[in-house]
Amino acid sequence: MDTTMPAMAPRVTYLNHEHTVASWLLTKDHKRIGIMYLMVVTFAFFLGGLFATMIRLELATPAGDLVSSDTYNKMFTMHGVAMVFFVLIPAVPAILGNFVLPLMLGAKDVAFPKLNLLSWYIFVIGFLFTVYAMVSGGVDTGWTFYTPYSSRASNTNVVATGLGVFITGFSSILTGLNFMVTIHRMRAPGLTWFRLPLFVWAIYSTSLVQILGTPVIAITTLALAVERFLHFGIFDPALGGDPVLFQHMFWFYSHPAVYIMILPPMGAISEVIAAFSRKSIFGYSFVAFSSLAIAIFGFLVWAHHMFVSGISVYSALVFSFLTYAVAIPSAVKTFNWAATLYRGAIWLKAPMIWAISFLGLFLIGGLTGLFTAALGVDVHLHDTYFVVAHFHFIMVGGAIMGYFAGLHYWWPKMTGRMYSDIWAKVASIIVFVGFNLTFGPQFILGYLGMPRRYHVYPAEFQLLNVLSSAGASILAFGYILVGIYLVASLFYGEEAGDNPWHATGLEWTTQSPPLPHNFETQPIVTEDAYEYSRREIKVV
Amino acid sequence: MFSGTPLFPLQASTLAADVDALYFFILAVTASVAILVTVVVIYFSAKYSTRDPLEVGARIHGSIPLELAWSIIPFLVTIVIFVWSANVFFDLQRPPDQTLEIYATGKRWMWKFQHLDGQSEINELHVPAGRPVRVTFTSEDVLHSMFFPAFRTKADAIPGRYSTVWFTATAVGEHHLFCAEYCGTNHSGMVGKVIVMDPAAYESWLTGNVGGGSLAARGEQLFGDLACNTCHLREGPGPRGPSLTNKFGAAERLADGATVVVDEGYVRESILMPQAKLVAGYQPLMPTFQGLVSEENVMALVEYVKSLRVQTGAASRAQAPEEPASRTAPQENR
Repeated sequence: MDTTMPAMAPRVTYLNHEHTVASWLLTKDHKRIGIMYLMVVTFAFFLGGLFATMIRLELATPAGDLVSSDTYNKMFTMHGVAMVFFVLIPAVPAILGNFVLPLMLGAKDVAFPKLNLLSWYIFVIGFLFTVYAMVSGGVDTGWTFYTPYSSRASNTNVVATGLGVFITGFSSILTGLNFMVTIHRMRAPGLTWFRLPLFVWAIYSTSLVQILGTPVIAITTLALAVERFLHFGIFDPALGGDPVLFQHMFWFYSHPAVYIMILPPMGAISEVIAAFSRKSIFGYSFVAFSSLAIAIFGFLVWAHHMFVSGISVYSALVFSFLTYAVAIPSAVKTFNWAATLYRGAIWLKAPMIWAISFLGLFLIGGLTGLFTAALGVDVHLHDTYFVVAHFHFIMVGGAIMGYFAGLHYWWPKMTGRMYSDIWAKVASIIVFVGFNLTFGPQFILGYLGMPRRYHVYPAEFQLLNVLSSAGASILAFGYILVGIYLVASLFYGEEAGDNPWHATGLEWTTQSPPLPHNFETQPIVTEDAYEYSRREIKVV
Repeated sequence: MFSGTPLFPLQASTLAADVDALYFFILAVTASVAILVTVVVIYFSAKYSTRDPLEVGARIHGSIPLELAWSIIPFLVTIVIFVWSANVFFDLQRPPDQTLEIYATGKRWMWKFQHLDGQSEINELHVPAGRPVRVTFTSEDVLHSMFFPAFRTKADAIPGRYSTVWFTATAVGEHHLFCAEYCGTNHSGMVGKVIVMDPAAYESWLTGNVGGGSLAARGEQLFGDLACNTCHLREGPGPRGPSLTNKFGAAERLADGATVVVDEGYVRESILMPQAKLVAGYQPLMPTFQGLVSEENVMALVEYVKSLRVQTGAASRAQAPEEPASRTAPQENR
């Protein structure tokens, strides 16, 4: 990475102060750990993308002609497992959070650097377990592992996959704990809670969910393994268990997990929008507290995944109502982002284009949630492609676009290099178009009644499926393009300089790439986040 | 090749239009918000864009009235959606009083329907138009979900308990039946059709497909074969078990003091797990029939118990289970 440093005196950075493999594998530097997460998550994203490609290829025709039904079922299961547990959950907190959180706080590292390294190893072990389960026969339960199919009927690697998820969960818990303590204890002098960048508020809220929610999925996968191996009747009615109990336990984690996936990208979006509008985020405290509100309310809506699963009419009413309540803080964030643009000095560089794409897609993702939260409509929509489209708009249109906005924003800080701005903008637009073409038709398919997880489907649904598959190939091309110009920037990119975006925030006050210990002297904070207007205004 | 690609599903039941009206209302609300925000974002991004990286934006930190406005107004709008959708949901969940009863079981990977007169069919369901139909079903293995897109309704089939869907079909013709809950290898092959017929054609279909006696008659046969009738006497409480005559739909006091309304689910549970909700005044003597009776036969037994109705003063055998009147069962409001 550092081979093409200019001829002048090479600066010491976190990348070049040590070179050995051991210096990476035993590092306690949050920045190197962030880069190591980036490697693993990128590989998992590639793997999950490969499965998605197979799915969309198969669905280009109504007949099951490319792969067998069993293979197809494994494809969508492993796509979900790889993307949810190894991309969406770790992407922003573990990669960007690890890299920039201590820098934003003016700290040398996270509170527990060794624990941070341990978290990475736990993550990798969990991932290897899951990859082992995939290559040694795969798993076909869907990423939701619903019982009693998973505990009784499936003859695939359910327990190995569950164990992979179980192990990875501890990495998530420890990272959340580490970040929470770091935010409490490691803030620079003068960096009060209401001077924190909104990304920190988002990470803090996420950590809360990771710590409180993740143990539940651990218990759930463990209970599933116990039933499968020892035939204890927990979920299987033939053994005296209750299959709906599994769904309660699964969603008690997995709905809050949606907020683990979306809150950190929302935080990254707040940073990017403030930086490229050159002004403070509109309604800072509302955006900050909306993160906490989402984290807390997020624990109270899990049964909205179960409106047709045999829960009582009255509990369905309660969960529908609470779901509308949790929609409000997300709406508030979106309105504040839009209002931030008002009378800004908007610099349309690549990260901002990605952020605006995020706004468009997240908007649709959030608003289509109002359909699925509506009891009378959800009875029809549940388990159809409408739901598939809705959560991809949140997870990919929201979380992945937000991650890319953040990655493009902090890439010069992480690598010291600048990628091609024009290619990055082109890629953003390709991804935006490809994404809409992939998932837009799925809303129509869903309302028509096409169920999800169908290998074979009625011929009248083909046109919309062909459009979706065509969109997926454009989407895949866009992602490959991102990979190409980002890697190329490492070798051919211009030097970025310490603060290429002229942004506020402590991470931009140190050099790029940063020193091994981040700052030469302890930074002291004297103003709020995003105080662009206090800067000297250039008179034209 | 793609001619006949539908973009909107057929409305084939009385409630389909209600669901669609709500859907279009939410669509109108969300599309307005989406267009408004998109226009604002694009307009601001264009109007205030700059190429000068050193220029800064105006010093604006927020506005409490605006924050309150865009919290409270969306909340009120979602309350409207919530109340409306709850109403539609209640309609979807609560069948009217007089419904045509059909039993079904889901198993990998087929749906088997049983009509009260003994007709049974696989992956096809014949129903009359214009008459409320209630399907009571369970699963013999894993989760399934009975989904009629043209009727805008579905419910999961859960092993170990009964679920119901109801509809009044309006459009004569064939409509999709899907399994909507993933159930393994051939999940996407667990499909069929619901065939809506005009009532006269339906009656002739029924008479042309008579099976081996009515469902209740099959239940009566089983009731004897399994020796249920040695304890559950036709008339008067026996020493070991209560008579089941006139029990269906009534409230029963349990040994633990609670009361339970005798519905399909309770009868099923009492056959398979007799000790779960023991009737007051009886010893837990009844053996479990778990694993000994198939779900289809349990349904026949349930239907037999439902048919055990006598008017006060009438002879005990006044109402033969074969009578077609038993096809329509009164519903308690659940």
